[in-house]
Amino acid sequence: MDTQHTQNPQDKQKPQESQDIPETGDSRASDARPVLEAPDIARVLTRIAHEIVERAKGAEDVVLLGIPTRGVFLGRRLAEKLAEITGRTVPVGSLDITMYRDDLRMHPPRALARTEIPGDGIDGRLVVLVDDVLFSGRTIRAALDALNDIGRPRAVQLAVLVDRGHRELPIRADYVGKNLPTSLRETVKVLLAEEDGRDTVLLGVKQNP
Amino acid sequence: MLRHLISAADLTRDDAVLILDTAEEMARVADRPIKKLPTLRGRTVVNLFFEDSTRTRISFEAAEKRLSADVINFTAKGSSVSKGESLKDTAQTLEAMGVDAVVIRHGASGAPYRLANSGWIDAAVINAGDGTHQHPTQALLDAFTMRRRLVGRDTGLGQDLDGRRITIVGDILHSRVARSNVDLLHTLGAEVTLVAPPTLVPVGVGNWPCEVSYDLDAVLPKSDAVMMLRVQRERMNAAFFPTEREYSRRYGLDGDRMARMPEHAVVMHPGPMVRGMEITAEVADSERCTVVEQVANGVSIRMAVLYLLLGGNEPAVTHTRTEEKSER
Repeated sequence: MDTQHTQNPQDKQKPQESQDIPETGDSRASDARPVLEAPDIARVLTRIAHEIVERAKGAEDVVLLGIPTRGVFLGRRLAEKLAEITGRTVPVGSLDITMYRDDLRMHPPRALARTEIPGDGIDGRLVVLVDDVLFSGRTIRAALDALNDIGRPRAVQLAVLVDRGHRELPIRADYVGKNLPTSLRETVKVLLAEEDGRDTVLLGVKQNP
Repeated sequence: MLRHLISAADLTRDDAVLILDTAEEMARVADRPIKKLPTLRGRTVVNLFFEDSTRTRISFEAAEKRLSADVINFTAKGSSVSKGESLKDTAQTLEAMGVDAVVIRHGASGAPYRLANSGWIDAAVINAGDGTHQHPTQALLDAFTMRRRLVGRDTGLGQDLDGRRITIVGDILHSRVARSNVDLLHTLGAEVTLVAPPTLVPVGVGNWPCEVSYDLDAVLPKSDAVMMLRVQRERMNAAFFPTEREYSRRYGLDGDRMARMPEHAVVMHPGPMVRGMEITAEVADSERCTVVEQVANGVSIRMAVLYLLLGGNEPAVTHTRTEEKSER
């Protein structure tokens, strides 16, 4: 499986996109191959929303908390879809985990993102954490610590757009948009319209530093 | 690169705005039932106070504890300093204990600079007020309070104080708060006017990036914020003005004067206030007076500074900050 993704990208799915892919720290435009396009992302979010309703038996006490940056946008989109399905508004917020990271001492401190807990809090609710990529699991560990300081949810579940594997902690997602077996030499970059101007998930090869 | 926070003048606009934005997030922690973050766990911070200041010390202490740092309080009174130990020896003792940061208040202008640049100690140095020189976290918390009141709590993120007119009234000569504020507010794009009796205006004020006026009434109608300084009775032995009553009449802020300020303008005071002298009780207790807010904001600002200087393997407040984002 891995070798399939480490190979060079095929060109058939790259019309003129290589020009407008933003340069980011961990994926280079030339090597990045889209694995999910906008319609796919919309579809998997709809599926996840239905799964949440099914598992939470109506999603009555669900609170969605997105992890900045892109988890927040995904959380809001999920909330919209949940509202369409259930006819109720589902509280949605954001949870910045920066100050709970275990690698703080390995990098300069980063600017903090917004933590916004919906008005009624999370006590006794079913919190669904939403993130774009599930990788080592350390972000989610930090998020669980952060939740601990904010309240006591009835249960916590995890929804991710992409699970790329390589867990370093015993954490798994409850709702997965796409399982994407990767090698550690690869990068997964999620672009969302709210932040990047378009929806796509790119698989690239890490450049040598 | 800034490893230390010695002077408000060392901060670039971007650094200052980063600190204010970070403080805005830190303020949210104060609204939570558990006001604690694990960010500085295992780091040791010493509050080295050679001069009494309960207010500043407990503000730093609260900030340090909310970030889970280990806190050591050191007051000169009753310590070896009163037995004649030098700053150098104190610093070397702290270095030997593996201290990560020193928050220093000293009566001598320049003591924090000396501590940071002497090579005695490896820790980050944060100036908590030195002589008549600087008090950078006070200036930051003042700017934070102004941005919240004048620009808005959420709309203020990423913003500076461009074009706002700030008036600082009182004992400019002895005031490190005034000096720090002039430096920082200028960096943030505000227009600062100092108002004081001529005897309390320092020599060389012409080189400061601000205006000077002796007429409070003329300045009030075009001020977005008026910052009253404490008249330091302990420093008034040299007869800088004839009587307290005269000072009060010309430079004190009362209800009538406050009414001449624009609707949105706020009254600030670094505390402690001398009611009846520089500020009347009517003004001090009014909605427009931000004294209590300033105290609360002080904790948020100090949390932000501590996080940005100590939270990572190198300080975030630098002149060459990289927006590097590693994969989560």
